[in-house]
Amino acid sequence: MSNDPIHQFHIAKWIPINVGGIDLSFTNSSAFMVATIGVASAFLYMTSSNRGLIPTRLQSISEMAYEFVASTLRESAGNAGMKFFPFVFSLFMFVLVANMLGMFPYFFTVTSQIIVTFALAVLVIGTVLAYGFAKHGFKFLGVFIPSGVPAPLLLLVVPIEIISFLSRPISLSVRLFANMLAGHITLKVFAGFVASLSAFGALGIGGAILPLAMTVALTGLEFLVAFLQAYVFTVLTCMYLNDAVHPGGH
Amino acid sequence: MFVSSAYAASTTETIAQTDTHGAAETAVPGATPDAHATDTHTETGVPHQQGVFPPFDSSHFASQILWLALTFAVFYLFLSRVILPRIGGIIETRRDRIATDLDQAARMKQESDEAFAAYEQELADAKKKAGGIAQTARDEAKAKADAEQAEVSAALEKKLSDAEASIAAIKDKAMNEVGTIAEDTASEIIRKILGGSIDKASISAAVKAVRG
Repeated sequence: MSNDPIHQFHIAKWIPINVGGIDLSFTNSSAFMVATIGVASAFLYMTSSNRGLIPTRLQSISEMAYEFVASTLRESAGNAGMKFFPFVFSLFMFVLVANMLGMFPYFFTVTSQIIVTFALAVLVIGTVLAYGFAKHGFKFLGVFIPSGVPAPLLLLVVPIEIISFLSRPISLSVRLFANMLAGHITLKVFAGFVASLSAFGALGIGGAILPLAMTVALTGLEFLVAFLQAYVFTVLTCMYLNDAVHPGGH
Repeated sequence: MFVSSAYAASTTETIAQTDTHGAAETAVPGATPDAHATDTHTETGVPHQQGVFPPFDSSHFASQILWLALTFAVFYLFLSRVILPRIGGIIETRRDRIATDLDQAARMKQESDEAFAAYEQELADAKKKAGGIAQTARDEAKAKADAEQAEVSAALEKKLSDAEASIAAIKDKAMNEVGTIAEDTASEIIRKILGGSIDKASISAAVKAVRG
């Protein structure tokens, strides 16, 4: 195995597909997307198949995820936002399971690809824009006009609001991507130290204890980050969807 | 360490790629991945875009977006059609069940409260009734006792008066006989002392006179 911390992000074509000069190959990244939805679907399907009135432990995990996303969405966007529940739940489960699968050694982390997180963020903002304009028409532009601001200040505030709105897909995608990327690189670098130090004999093996402890600690931290980033992605999605549902409401 | 050597290696690359490195460094401070990317490419035999940081390698973007769209669409459909109605149904059923159970518990509590109140009422009635019966029994017993007492005392009274009457009769008789005895004794005494008999009638008169 290479000691290169970037190697894990490399995309390998498993089944080359080329349509009209565009490379649409089935890559290791595609495989892990399939694995992500496979694992998530299988878990949710099997844990809920008993439909137990008294849930088993695994069933209560599925129910907790369901109620967690439902309450987050309801708190942010109200009951009118609940029509987006399947979308938000799918996003949460996809990001969470992709992050968690990435924690396995030798596994590919789908969410460490900026294009993947950016596509998800664009999907969120696109949903907000499409639903907002379809539901409210031009009143949706009220999202850029905060209530209670005097008219002269609006000249200043509205451009700021527009810029902040436009930066949402970028911040949403870069936050997830950078967290996953940085975490995995850091883990790999410290793990690499263990391997290179232990090549120097007994003294090196003794010295490798420190980066090994660091790797263990970082692994725990990365599990936290993997969950936290899925959570943050979901919460922000809920807040943005609130703009689509209640455009004048902030 | 290898990080600095990697950075040195990256200076040999094109300007466009250096821009990409700049972006990579802002996203991930401290990571200079370029030279390693070069290693990687030689290892894995991927020929195009030497040295590009893999997440920014735009040659894969189309494939990534396509497969993400496909997998996410399938995932979304599966969750929204199968999983979410199911989990939602489980939670809804449980909530209903708990609500009905609570209702039932409240109803049962009310029923038990009512039963308890009825029991209390009945107990109070029974106590009252028992008190009444006891009072009646007591009154009856008292009346009977009084009647018996009156009867007995009347009987005693009668016996007493009978006794008194009989005593009086006996006394009268005895008194009468005292006269006779006195006459006899007197006549005997007289006969003994005087040696002769005396007229019985005069003795009797004398006795009568003495007795008054």
